[in-house]
Amino acid sequence: MRYIEHERVVKRMNGRLVTNVIFKGIFLAATSLAILALVLLAYRIITQGAGHLSLDFLSNFSSRFPDRAGIKAALIGSLWLMAVVAPTAIILGVGSAIYLEEYAKKNKITSFIRINIANLAGVPSIVFGLLGLTIFVRAFALGNSILAAGFTMSLLILPVIIVASQEAIRSVPGELREASLGMGATKWQTIVKIILPAAIPGILTGSILALSRAIGETAPLIVIGVPVIIQFLPAGIMDTFTALPIQIFDWASRPQQEFQTVAAAGIIVLMIFLLLMNSIAVIIRNKFQKRY
Amino acid sequence: MTMTIKADKKKSAATPEQGIKVPVYQTKELNLWYGEKHALKNIDLDINENEVTAIIGPSGCGKSTYIKTLNRMVELVPSVKTSGEILYRDRNIFSSDYQVEELRTRVGMVFQKPNPFPKSIYDNIAYGPRIHGIKNKKILDEIVEKSLRGAAIWDEVKDRLNENAYSISGGQQQRICIARALAIEPDVILMDEPTSALDPISTLKVEELVQELKEDYSIIIVTHNMQQAARISDKTAFFLNGEVIEFDETDAIFSNPSDKRTEDYISGRFG
Repeated sequence: MRYIEHERVVKRMNGRLVTNVIFKGIFLAATSLAILALVLLAYRIITQGAGHLSLDFLSNFSSRFPDRAGIKAALIGSLWLMAVVAPTAIILGVGSAIYLEEYAKKNKITSFIRINIANLAGVPSIVFGLLGLTIFVRAFALGNSILAAGFTMSLLILPVIIVASQEAIRSVPGELREASLGMGATKWQTIVKIILPAAIPGILTGSILALSRAIGETAPLIVIGVPVIIQFLPAGIMDTFTALPIQIFDWASRPQQEFQTVAAAGIIVLMIFLLLMNSIAVIIRNKFQKRY
Repeated sequence: MTMTIKADKKKSAATPEQGIKVPVYQTKELNLWYGEKHALKNIDLDINENEVTAIIGPSGCGKSTYIKTLNRMVELVPSVKTSGEILYRDRNIFSSDYQVEELRTRVGMVFQKPNPFPKSIYDNIAYGPRIHGIKNKKILDEIVEKSLRGAAIWDEVKDRLNENAYSISGGQQQRICIARALAIEPDVILMDEPTSALDPISTLKVEELVQELKEDYSIIIVTHNMQQAARISDKTAFFLNGEVIEFDETDAIFSNPSDKRTEDYISGRFG
């Protein structure tokens, strides 16, 4: 007695193949729709804003007159912001990940903390803005400075960096850890010489993607009270500043039609900024490709 | 039952054949639990200097757990509890003033799967000396050559020391790992099924190497291959369900086992 009869298999074959084709079509449509939306968006922005792009646009401050409005203050401001966010968030994030993965006892408290860090990554950015306003702007009296905004943004992306770094550290094979400890290395030597070198591609990729999120965030900066129109460049981290998304938001909300073009040009600059950062992430990942 | 086993062990340990053997490890009343699971039960075992001691037994009998207890690697498992003592050169390795790093510098380990670091062959061997503070390039060069020669792999890799250790074959990788263990100039080498991931020719090379190494080191080897235990070891311990069933000269265990369960296992009736 055979359970799989050849004739019945043949009879059902057509139906199975049709289902196969239908699902392939559905998935293809989903992908195409996403790409189409992206292409349309890019096309609209580029056709609208490319005309306004020029060296003057990069080197002028913002202005009441659309044809003289430039993005200098916002671009430099965003770079300053990154100069605070990158070291703060990466040092704190990687440090926490190392502690949680390598040192913390595997008990209920640790797993509770882990789950909540993952949850924090989903908290809306405006909430982090309010937190920053209360703690850094008011309690620490940092005002609407680069430092206050940088700390707030660091808090916002910290959970993402911690989770990405934890994943990267966890993916280092346990045998390497055992080999190092088995030779009498201390935990710290093992972390510095074996685990971090093997985990660095994952950590950096995650960190850069998190940083590019910080560059595009607007809500926390608005809550902190970052000004829109600034006619000078910050001289230090205690100065106030403006950032790319804030500047774009301001232009896009102006009534004059011409400012829509300026906003589009600003978006192009922001997108190039993001593309550059993401390419760096890809290059790092390919360069340090894991060898085990 | 237990009484007779203990009596047997006493007898075999008390018959010195040539001169007096110096014990490197003395295990006394060792018990070990993984959480609720009682993995090692009342282990009493003396391991002598400059001998190869094989530990055999079916999967899950505790042989790997035991060897990992000897350098306290077993403590990487969070829920582990132990009682009893293990004396290494007359010092209890569980005592609070015994730094685990110090112990592991005296007791090298070779693992089941070749696990070189994703670094050059040179840096793999130099890793141990470097973490113990040797920076002088000339001394490191000497240690690397001596260790690779000791692991009988110098001639195969001497021209490619700067290549990644992953570029050589699995059998060569395992001998690199043995060389890496030799580089910390240990007293004892623990081997946890070192040939289970290797082809027969590489296995043969590692077995020959073990024979040479016992001139200078005491070797404890876990193996699930009984022929291997018979070929290379001086003494053999048979583990079953976390207990030492029989521990004796390898010849005696394989030709004339005193316990029925040992006989059943080595004749292939279970395991």
